[in-house]
Amino acid sequence: MDAFYIILTATLFAISCGLLGCFLILRKMAMVGDAISHAVLPGIVIAFLLTGTRDSFEMILGAALIGIFSTFLIEFFHHKARLQTDAAIGVTFTWLFALGVILISVFAGQVDLDQECVLYGEIAYVPIDLWIGDNGTIFGPRALYVAAMTLIVNVAFIRIGFKQLHLTTFDPAFAATIGVSVSLWNYLLMGAVSMTTVAAFDSVGAILVVALLVGPAAIAYLLTDRFQTMMIITVFVAIVSSALGYYLAVWVDGSIAGAIVTIIGILFGITFLFSPGHGVLMKKRLQRKEAQRLKTEAPLS
Amino acid sequence: METLQEFFSFSDPSIIAVTVGAVLLSASSAVVGTFTFLKKKALVGDAVAHSVLPGICLAFILSGTKNPLWLIIGAFVTGWLSLVIIDNITLKTKIKEDTAIALILSVFFGIGILLLTHIQHSGNAAQTGLDSFLFGKAAALVGKDLQVFGIVAIVLLVTVALFFKELKLIAFDASYAKALGLPVKGMDLLLTSLTVLAVVTGIQAVGVVLMAAMLITPAAAARFWTNDVRIMTVLAAIMGGVSGLSGAYVSYVAPAMPTGPWIVMIISAIALTSFFIAPKRGIISRGVQQRRLQRMIMDENLLKELYHLGEKDADIYKARSIEEIVEERFFPKDRLRSSLRRLRREGFITKENGHWRYTEAGRQKGQRVVKLHRLWELYLSKYMKIDPDHVHEDAETIEHIITPELEKRLEKMLEYPEVDPHEEKIPY
Repeated sequence: MDAFYIILTATLFAISCGLLGCFLILRKMAMVGDAISHAVLPGIVIAFLLTGTRDSFEMILGAALIGIFSTFLIEFFHHKARLQTDAAIGVTFTWLFALGVILISVFAGQVDLDQECVLYGEIAYVPIDLWIGDNGTIFGPRALYVAAMTLIVNVAFIRIGFKQLHLTTFDPAFAATIGVSVSLWNYLLMGAVSMTTVAAFDSVGAILVVALLVGPAAIAYLLTDRFQTMMIITVFVAIVSSALGYYLAVWVDGSIAGAIVTIIGILFGITFLFSPGHGVLMKKRLQRKEAQRLKTEAPLS
Repeated sequence: METLQEFFSFSDPSIIAVTVGAVLLSASSAVVGTFTFLKKKALVGDAVAHSVLPGICLAFILSGTKNPLWLIIGAFVTGWLSLVIIDNITLKTKIKEDTAIALILSVFFGIGILLLTHIQHSGNAAQTGLDSFLFGKAAALVGKDLQVFGIVAIVLLVTVALFFKELKLIAFDASYAKALGLPVKGMDLLLTSLTVLAVVTGIQAVGVVLMAAMLITPAAAARFWTNDVRIMTVLAAIMGGVSGLSGAYVSYVAPAMPTGPWIVMIISAIALTSFFIAPKRGIISRGVQQRRLQRMIMDENLLKELYHLGEKDADIYKARSIEEIVEERFFPKDRLRSSLRRLRREGFITKENGHWRYTEAGRQKGQRVVKLHRLWELYLSKYMKIDPDHVHEDAETIEHIITPELEKRLEKMLEYPEVDPHEEKIPY
């Protein structure tokens, strides 16, 4: 049962992250996602100090605000100070992350957070942390509910705003001319990324969230040219890598989150080489065939 | 104050180790970072920082010891490998660079975490301290570490000094460097190796995540103060060094404080301040310049409209009401009023019974703008063969920019023409 809970929680988070990731990588904002996943740390610490718990509604809200704030900072440095985007991202997230670490050590006694948990979380504790009702009924692991809620919110967000998200991703200029606010949807998407990051923080940590955001979506991107298909493949990859990752972790006796990411890496490697349309080896074979055909057919000789 | 004296007297040998180590690390990674910044590859440092983890763990598993040499070699190999893979993914698939960086850094880090937790669970007693690569241990630097850092810092600085010109060239214009016959690939390789080396050593001081800041932030801050790469490099090194020193001081005063994050906080504070207050490139100075330009254009447009009004009734010096001006061309009321006040103060117009009238200087200035506008329209239609219907917009902008020298050349070239393409008289 424990294995089932862990895999289910991981899968739900992976699907949430993957769906958002599809938009991120097509918007060339993968590194902004990376930045947000680090930058929410001070928000988490402050919310923790104010509310005293780790999975409260206020915390998710506070972190979402910090995520949007860091997106704003990156844009601000880029546009107002004309700092190149990569440097704007690098300066912003390291600064906020450093602030978070300092806050953790200042309030070490009051904050139940440590640096390891920040970096790679601990999903193995999911089945232990149960949600128990007032009358003593056990509803199951708390993280599972958080993951399910996150997925529901994200799916709702993407369903309701699909047209606008799609449009602002593929043709922002056209979107602007028909009155869809590009920056509003950008901030909404970043808000969703921040919220998901925070919700998944406990389980998978800051850096592995990035792998879940980018990995499945990148694999799917190499397998299809249609956006809807890409999202479906992403969900599939998220499920497979969560399950395989769990058993890899059990086998080598290591971090489950780390193992899930390792599986994502392996799957990406396979896709990179063998994807029918975009794989490196497949492209080479096509080229060879084409060269052969030209040689044998040799027209006008 | 006492702690400050105590700190700078360096009576405690451990203070020397921590301080010198922090300064050397911050300064040398800032120097290398300057070039990755200029190549617009700032985040590559972040990727390397995350990717060294599996190398360190593998080296430990294979060698069974924590000998720094083995660990550094392991780190170097995977750090390097990650950059090669990122390049290959961007080059050979439709995946963009940002996705490739995010993917590789997180995947390598994930593998590293898997290996690290595996080592920790295996109960090998020798493994304690491996996680200092994750979070850094700047406050725990000792004399032995200092030797390593010192050597690496010297290697980095000397290499950059030796190849300064070449590095500068490939940062700005790789194809020109190639045309010159420089080994661009080799120089790229060199810069990559320098980055990896800086990361591998620096990571032990500040940790995985914050290593990116050590490379990027000083360079970004220095860029705001100068356009000269040499000065920028030195400035970045100084800013890095100062933050290293201050970070060491903070953790001396408050031992519970982590040194690495404080170094990053201080260098970030320097950078943020630079973004705002730097002359010329800073946000404030840019804003001031922009306002000044907006005002100048507003004032010149206003004087121009007074001239147009004067042309209409053949009375240049007639006093005009605000309504008359707005009817000729719409200006927002508040900007119009402040512009009128400014022009009056500068002696270009006078006010009589609520009406505004040119002074001699104002007439001259307004007439010049009108002349430049019409000269430019003529130039565009005569020399650029642009239809007279399409020249107005362009002239509307350029009339504020043309210098007296250009004005003379235009007049001469067009041989002091009488009228513009719309048959309007050009005033001299």
